Amino acid sequence: MRILVIEDDPEAQRYLVNGLKEAGHVVDDAADGDTGLTLALSRQYDLAIVDRMLPGLDGLKLVGEIREHGNSMPVLFLSALSEIDERVKGLKAGGDDYLTKPYAFAELLARIEALMRRRHPASVKTQLQVGDLELDLLTRTAKRNGSAIDLQPREFRLLEYLMRHAGQVVTRTMLLESVWEYHFDPQTNVIDVHISRLRAKIDKGFEAPLLHTVRGAGYMIRARA
Amino acid sequence: MRAPRILRTLAFRIVAVYLAIFAISAAAIVGFTYWNTARALNAQTDQIVDSDIFGLAERYQRFGLAGLTTTIVNRSAHGEATLYLLADSDKRPIVGNLDSWPNLSELGGNFVEFDYEKRVGGRTEERRARGRQFTLTGGFLLLVARDIAERYETEKLFTTTLPWSVLLMMLLGLFGGILISRNFLARLDVINRTSREIMAGDLSRRLPLKRGGDELDTLALNLNRMLERTERLMRGMREVTDSIAHDLRTPLNRLRNRLEGVLHTMDPQSAPGAEIEAAVEETDRLIGTFNALLLIAEAEAGVAREAMEQLDLRRIVDGVAELYAPLADEKEIILFIPPSGSAIVACNQSLVSQALANLLDNAIKYTPPGGRVTISLDHTPGGVALQVADSGPGIPAEDRARVLERFVRLEASRHSPGTGLGLSLVAAVARLHDAKLDLGDNRPGLKATLLFPAVTRRTPAIPQITAQKMAVRS
Repeated sequence: MRILVIEDDPEAQRYLVNGLKEAGHVVDDAADGDTGLTLALSRQYDLAIVDRMLPGLDGLKLVGEIREHGNSMPVLFLSALSEIDERVKGLKAGGDDYLTKPYAFAELLARIEALMRRRHPASVKTQLQVGDLELDLLTRTAKRNGSAIDLQPREFRLLEYLMRHAGQVVTRTMLLESVWEYHFDPQTNVIDVHISRLRAKIDKGFEAPLLHTVRGAGYMIRARA
Repeated sequence: MRAPRILRTLAFRIVAVYLAIFAISAAAIVGFTYWNTARALNAQTDQIVDSDIFGLAERYQRFGLAGLTTTIVNRSAHGEATLYLLADSDKRPIVGNLDSWPNLSELGGNFVEFDYEKRVGGRTEERRARGRQFTLTGGFLLLVARDIAERYETEKLFTTTLPWSVLLMMLLGLFGGILISRNFLARLDVINRTSREIMAGDLSRRLPLKRGGDELDTLALNLNRMLERTERLMRGMREVTDSIAHDLRTPLNRLRNRLEGVLHTMDPQSAPGAEIEAAVEETDRLIGTFNALLLIAEAEAGVAREAMEQLDLRRIVDGVAELYAPLADEKEIILFIPPSGSAIVACNQSLVSQALANLLDNAIKYTPPGGRVTISLDHTPGGVALQVADSGPGIPAEDRARVLERFVRLEASRHSPGTGLGLSLVAAVARLHDAKLDLGDNRPGLKATLLFPAVTRRTPAIPQITAQKMAVRS
């Protein structure tokens, strides 16, 4: 995947570029807004990661310009500015996601992957399947190995999100933002409690667990390879 | 019942006091002038009468009673204004231009005022006179006086009209006072209304100025200068907050990422691996504390006012409660939410959710298994009350104010996880929303109440940002 990184802090840029390359992406980088804009408009990228505060052309204006040129590649904002109203400004300016520094790299990778999936949606699915776990989005029912699982509405949404991102790490923050639509710090890890309840419903009594905890990152649903 | 607003205004009270002083002084000056004039006029009358008497006395000495009588007859025939009457000891008139001896209170030689009857044409009219009476040798009585009817009428007119004129003056002044107050109030109202709007968040607004440059304009000008300073300070604070966020969080970010990078190359089961993992966790806690501090600073600076919208607290309560329900369930705590209708308040969704989450998190953390946590939403006369009550150990009354300060953790909770900023953030969020945070006793347990002011129609329209727009679609 070709990713454009526009970040002015050299260390943060180096770290970002190296991490993304390690994860198998092709990366171009720019240290200021004007160079970033030139690159974004002259080459084809699958995704851009843009720092919110840049010398020269500011991050928000940069994305506005990119959008004005009819370019719709996904843009992820990185920002050290706090959340309260900056997130809204970022998304209004045309960003697709907003990640506050400091972030865990796993979080960034998980979000990049989620953005890419959104860009290339598979044919509209009414059924999701991971191993012998099936989710019917029309009847809102779940089955494992043929027997029905009773899920609360929120548990259904949680499982749906995990299954849409099957084989991919999903962070606690992503779950809180997507399933609960919250952008705040829930103090205690309440998400863990919700996951363990879901796990009890879908994995209990089965030999091969589907819902896995990824150390230092989050969760992943995946059938044994 | 309260007095009408106009009577309670400063301008009106100043006018009223001024008017009272003015009326009293005016009455005093007019009264003194009146008294002084009356005295002078009396003295003049007395002098004329005295010189008359002096002449008569001379006549009497030289020509005796007969001479006196002739003189009186002569003089009576000329003067209309001077009154003479000679009577015997029984007050029977002998000669003079008075018909009968008047009823006098004073019998000595002093001046007295009395009424007498005078024939004018066919009618008799009662008139006022002022004079002296003497007892002559032989028991004869002599009265010499001057008619002061005109002056007396003027005096009477004066004393009867004075109270009415003062009253009229007061009324006119009152009317003027009301006019002045209303004009004054209208301008003060503009200043007050604009100040309230500015306090509600729009610091870039300024008070309107008139061209006159009067005292109210000076006040508005000074307030505007103060606002400019405040705005500059706020901007400075925001810049500082932003640069702290940028300059300190970036190295923290790098530190965390480096540690994480090292961790990936190590065996997490080994002792150094476990140490590095603990260091990553420690960094995360540091970042958490840092974020909480920044959030408090932002809430206190009122920055988030821009992101306020009219929201139903009911939905926020239900959402946060749903998020925490499994946590309560695990501790076998009953999470009780009494049903209630909607409660619309102007708020920042993210911050109020965070505040409620902090309260609920504390409540669940400190309530022993088998306990009960209640989240209620009530309409009270003071506004909308959002209350989280638990059955834990509570907070001693003397510590309740202290726990709202930053980093304060009570001895009892020192060993449980937390930053010591949870309640400070709730307090900051409360201040941002003009809400009152009250920590009370739930007997047993803590009862934390956030009292939001009811939404008024005067609240300026706030752009609607729906939760959906803010959310990251996936």
